[in-house]
Amino acid sequence: MKSLQELAAIRERMKNKVALREANGDIRIVVGMATCGIAAGARPVLNALVEAVSKENLENVTVTQTGCIGMCRLEPIVEVFIPDQERVTYVKMTPDKVPEIIEQHIKGGKPVAKYTIGAVEA
Amino acid sequence: MIRTHVLICGGTGCSSSNSMLIADRMEEEVARQGLAEEVKVVRTGCFGLCALGPVMIVYPEGTFYSRVKVEDVPELVEEHLLKGRVVDRLVYREDEGGEEKVEVPSLQETGFYKTQKRVALHNCGLIDPENIEEYIAVDGYAALGKVLTEMTPEQVIQLMKDSGLRGRGGAGFPTGLKWEFAAKNKVPQKYVVCNADEGDPGAFMDRSVLEGDPHAVLEAMAIAGYAIGANKGYIYVRAEYPIAVKRLNIAINQAREYGLLGENIFDTGFNFDIETRLGAGAFVCGEETALITSIEGNRGEPKAKPPFPANKGLFGQPTIINNVETLANIPQIILKGPEWFASMGTEDSKGTKVFALGGKIVNTGLVEIPLGTTLREIIFDIGGGIPNGRKFKAAQTGGPSGGCIPAKFLDTPIDYGNLTRIGSMMGSGGLIVMDDTTCMVDVARFFLDFTVDESCGKCTPCRIGTRRLLEMLDKITSGNGTLEDLDKMEELCNYIKNNSMCALGQTAPNPVLSTLKHFRDEYEAHVVEKRCPAGVCKKLLRFEIVADKCRGCTKCARNCPVGAITGKVKEPHVIDQSKCIKCGACMDGCKFDAIIKK
Repeated sequence: MKSLQELAAIRERMKNKVALREANGDIRIVVGMATCGIAAGARPVLNALVEAVSKENLENVTVTQTGCIGMCRLEPIVEVFIPDQERVTYVKMTPDKVPEIIEQHIKGGKPVAKYTIGAVEA
Repeated sequence: MIRTHVLICGGTGCSSSNSMLIADRMEEEVARQGLAEEVKVVRTGCFGLCALGPVMIVYPEGTFYSRVKVEDVPELVEEHLLKGRVVDRLVYREDEGGEEKVEVPSLQETGFYKTQKRVALHNCGLIDPENIEEYIAVDGYAALGKVLTEMTPEQVIQLMKDSGLRGRGGAGFPTGLKWEFAAKNKVPQKYVVCNADEGDPGAFMDRSVLEGDPHAVLEAMAIAGYAIGANKGYIYVRAEYPIAVKRLNIAINQAREYGLLGENIFDTGFNFDIETRLGAGAFVCGEETALITSIEGNRGEPKAKPPFPANKGLFGQPTIINNVETLANIPQIILKGPEWFASMGTEDSKGTKVFALGGKIVNTGLVEIPLGTTLREIIFDIGGGIPNGRKFKAAQTGGPSGGCIPAKFLDTPIDYGNLTRIGSMMGSGGLIVMDDTTCMVDVARFFLDFTVDESCGKCTPCRIGTRRLLEMLDKITSGNGTLEDLDKMEELCNYIKNNSMCALGQTAPNPVLSTLKHFRDEYEAHVVEKRCPAGVCKKLLRFEIVADKCRGCTKCARNCPVGAITGKVKEPHVIDQSKCIKCGACMDGCKFDAIIKK
């Protein structure tokens, strides 16, 4: 190790990889990963979310899974929990809807109405 | 992209209940389910809740699983890791006052962790100890970088003095002062030695730090080397700690690879390297002069002090010896500042202390608390109290060098000074809890038996004195003691204390003295009434069959391993006291409560 910069570079590179263990997310993004969710393609969605959160360095966001919420026909379902706000349920999710949700909802605070259960069902 | 981390405890306790096999199976199963790109299995150091092992935590949810078995792995992977459904039956639940067990979704919310303050242990159970990059990710080696590039050795020593850190190995000598003594010797060759020869029965604090966070110890040794002007360090670790030795050597090699040990560290011209030395398990080698002699390749025996090692130590050169836990505190003191450290603890004892909880306590394991916490908080709030609803009798701290603390001192804040005042000592941090089924005379006998074995034999008071003391205790526990013996014992204790050469002998009588002081009535019961109140000392026990209750089922006669019980079928049986070995097998098996212990 020849310099502090070198040490700092390793720290920066590794930080994201252990940050997961702090579990301090205020915002929770929950992906339905029961059999129905997986069959409908929840895993690519989950992975896209994890990647986006990490890429954008969103330290206060936790991405996690859950079981079946009962609306199997609308899977993959993703729910976003932000403290003091009503939860938002996105349905029939695909990986390409992820950037929009991250940008507008998670970072901007405005739910992407067109992908929510209200819009799709109506 | 990794979305989930499964942290599996790779400490001693969990490893011995197959946690490493669980980790291997977990990796296989994760790969089989096609999750290898999404789930990472990490083997960490000790979480602390050893009684519940093997334990694991799944992040980011923070789900805490306890008592996991190898067979549970497929279900955990399929349910939790693939489908996101927590496997309820394995989630740790806290026993809240005997009522319905409460589910505890996150580790930090448990009674066990809530009041703990983890400084020395802060990376244990969080990072992979075999991966230097994970240590760097949590600010590892930043303290060394700061010290080498921004501070003079004098400033480092001043900072250590300001922090108020005292040695965690037993005696509690101020660390900064020790460093200053060694720094004042202007000679070209000096040494830094890490004392990892943890020998107290029931103590496993240093072991857990070495296994869970070995780089913290290496980093601190390099900092110490810079402060006193040493370029070489030795870690004296017992050979009985194979996992610790293995991880230390991995860590040393990685640190060398990354240029964090070796020559010209951070391009500052500072050189420092570390080697491990294995001890053969002699208790006396935890004493610093004996340890030094042992590293030099000689038989481990202490030397008279002065000269102190800071002036004339390893190979005759100025040497500082610091304990593992002491060192583990140092990188954080440098990074967070001496004020932060000094803000925890009491007037004469700053910071936190790790204790290994053992004996009659629900949460056997490793805890770290701010100094000044009371024994009651440690045992009842964190430790979960005494199992089976029994009554607390005493706590033993400091191992064979310490003493027993009776219930009346439960609310004394624990620090170096207070423990000495109540006749015990901090020691390295073993804390053994005893309930009303423990005989205090027997406890004193147990520790004396240990010191007699471990006395190196160099000086007479320790070699012969402790042996005589043990013989007197044997006499009392076998019912042949007299009241005069108690006074003689006290006199001999004080003699050994005042005349032994090293701390082993000087502290060896403590278990006897403290039990004599606080539990003299138990000694007197053994001597005068020839009775062991706790029902432990076998020679004073008598098993008898109550004729009225005995149905003559013959079970006891069949259970008795020495054929001491006779009697006809359907008639009361009798125990032949001359043959009875007092094993209690008859009483355990009797369905009619017809056998009593006197």
